Amino acid sequence: MNTYFEIKNLQNNTFELLLFDIWTKDNLNKIIQNLEKTQIPKNATLYVDFENLKECDSSAIIYLISFIKRFSKDSVFLKNSQNYQKIYTFYEKHYQDSFDETQNKNQFIENIGRKTYEFYKGSKAFIDFIGKVFYFFIHSLFNPTKIRFKATLKYIETSALNALLIVAVTSFLVGVVIAYQGAVQLEKFGANIFVVEMIAITMFREIAPLVTAIVIAGRSASAYTAEIGAMKITEEIDAMRTMNFEPTLFLTLPRIFALCISLPLLVFFADVVGVFGGMVIAYTHLDVSFLEFITRLHNEVALKHFVLGIFKAVFFGFAIAIIGCYRGFQVQNNTTSIGKYTTISVVNAIFVVILIDAVFSIIFTQMGI
Amino acid sequence: MSIIKVENLSTAFGDNLVHNNISFEVNKGEIFGVLGGSGSGKSVLVKQIVMLNEIQKGTIKIFDKDISKLSIDETKEIKLNFSYLFQFGALYSFLNVIENISVMLKEYTNLPSDLIEKIAYTNLDIVGLPKRVAKLYPSELSGGMKKRVALARSLAMQPKILFLDEPTSGLDPASTQQINELLLYLKNSLDMTTVIITHDLETIKTVLDRFIIIKKDKIFDGNISKAMNSDDEFIKDFLTNKKAM
Repeated sequence: MNTYFEIKNLQNNTFELLLFDIWTKDNLNKIIQNLEKTQIPKNATLYVDFENLKECDSSAIIYLISFIKRFSKDSVFLKNSQNYQKIYTFYEKHYQDSFDETQNKNQFIENIGRKTYEFYKGSKAFIDFIGKVFYFFIHSLFNPTKIRFKATLKYIETSALNALLIVAVTSFLVGVVIAYQGAVQLEKFGANIFVVEMIAITMFREIAPLVTAIVIAGRSASAYTAEIGAMKITEEIDAMRTMNFEPTLFLTLPRIFALCISLPLLVFFADVVGVFGGMVIAYTHLDVSFLEFITRLHNEVALKHFVLGIFKAVFFGFAIAIIGCYRGFQVQNNTTSIGKYTTISVVNAIFVVILIDAVFSIIFTQMGI
Repeated sequence: MSIIKVENLSTAFGDNLVHNNISFEVNKGEIFGVLGGSGSGKSVLVKQIVMLNEIQKGTIKIFDKDISKLSIDETKEIKLNFSYLFQFGALYSFLNVIENISVMLKEYTNLPSDLIEKIAYTNLDIVGLPKRVAKLYPSELSGGMKKRVALARSLAMQPKILFLDEPTSGLDPASTQQINELLLYLKNSLDMTTVIITHDLETIKTVLDRFIIIKKDKIFDGNISKAMNSDDEFIKDFLTNKKAM
């Protein structure tokens, strides 16, 4: 039995609700369950007696108000409510019952439309952003003093120099893996020496640029988005605009220059380390000595493979930097936004790197190189 | 009856002594002000009371319990009985307005969700915001609206003590007046004890029952008429042309 209320059925469809003890949010759930079980007709006359109520908090008052509102206004009377009159009147005045739920049931079509429109707007904004970058790039070519050399060097340091170790380890391991897998197959045919072409060409043309670009996309695209996003939240970018420091010149171009310069260099570095990794496996598993390996590399592997890889790296660098910066500028003024756009930026950057690689593959094959 | 009792509190950051031996009491049901120039450590003091900052020397008692010697359960009980309104609202950006207001009710009570919603909307109405803002996210609100939503969030649990960190700073005069009226209204209707950090002269003159002014030491304790009759130059300046700030 509950000790919190009692309902008395007086005569003629008249009821009395006596409240006892303490009504607070801690025990209110139980009270509600019990009270909802009782049946008082909607058209009844109801007396609510507060006399024996010891304590009552705002949640309980709001619940009581919602309970009392079910009856017609003229047929509810509060008794002995002096102690609670003030708080009751206060919450009754502000009580909100019906919420405007303007949510449409069928939003499917609307969602498709909205997504499409957002995609259209997003694409337009991105093209706009690229246009701006090129505009200021040309502008700074004619006004070289506007190029931020120091900032560019700083980003080369943070994005490339500090990434040397991770690039080295990754490409060494990939070189080892390719050589290992190839060694098993080549040995079957006694074609051990072809491991040189296999490693060198795959590394130079595809693997080194791709692996390096993916590492840098994960590292720098996220960093650029987070840096620029944080600046946007703290209104630093607005401050720059009011001082007529063009953010594209100050923030975007140095980052783009930095990656366009450093990614080819990193790819060259990855080529060397990756091929070295292959060389080690060729020596230990296929009995191809370092000297044999290097001689064959020199004689049989055309320079074009190496040049193509380096050439692609410039585009990868551009794509990573521009995506990182663009997403940074999209950050809105709330804390979850940075995380959201950093994630998007890395995913976009890696995807675009692979896309560009595929496009180049087709183009180079068609051109016969 | 005193609800908060601060005794011989001293705080230093490095060599910089911020508070020197400050003692005061906050009584039940009053609106109490903590005033002082910028950098005088008002926020530090209040944050020590709400257990955000460490107490270096001295004691603070809330509901007669020394807050530096509380068990986990006692800490929870005290924390559920006060709420802190941060200067910029500190609304959770991943929750919308109505979710922000009801977050504590959802976490700490087992009330039915429709009642929680009613409580949240009622509190939204108390702070004077229309229903249409209910589904907006904090990033879509203006500074004044954020403060109001934060106030609604503080009120939803019906705390016994409400701490307000500069509730009117950065608001236009009309909004400031509305907030001041709201504070008086809440005091009269809900018997809440309120501790306010403020710079606003209007708030000091119209809302506060009693206040202290700190400048390393506690240099004043009393109400506005006592302060106006004070001989101290600093206090006079402070309450007239704000020179001291």
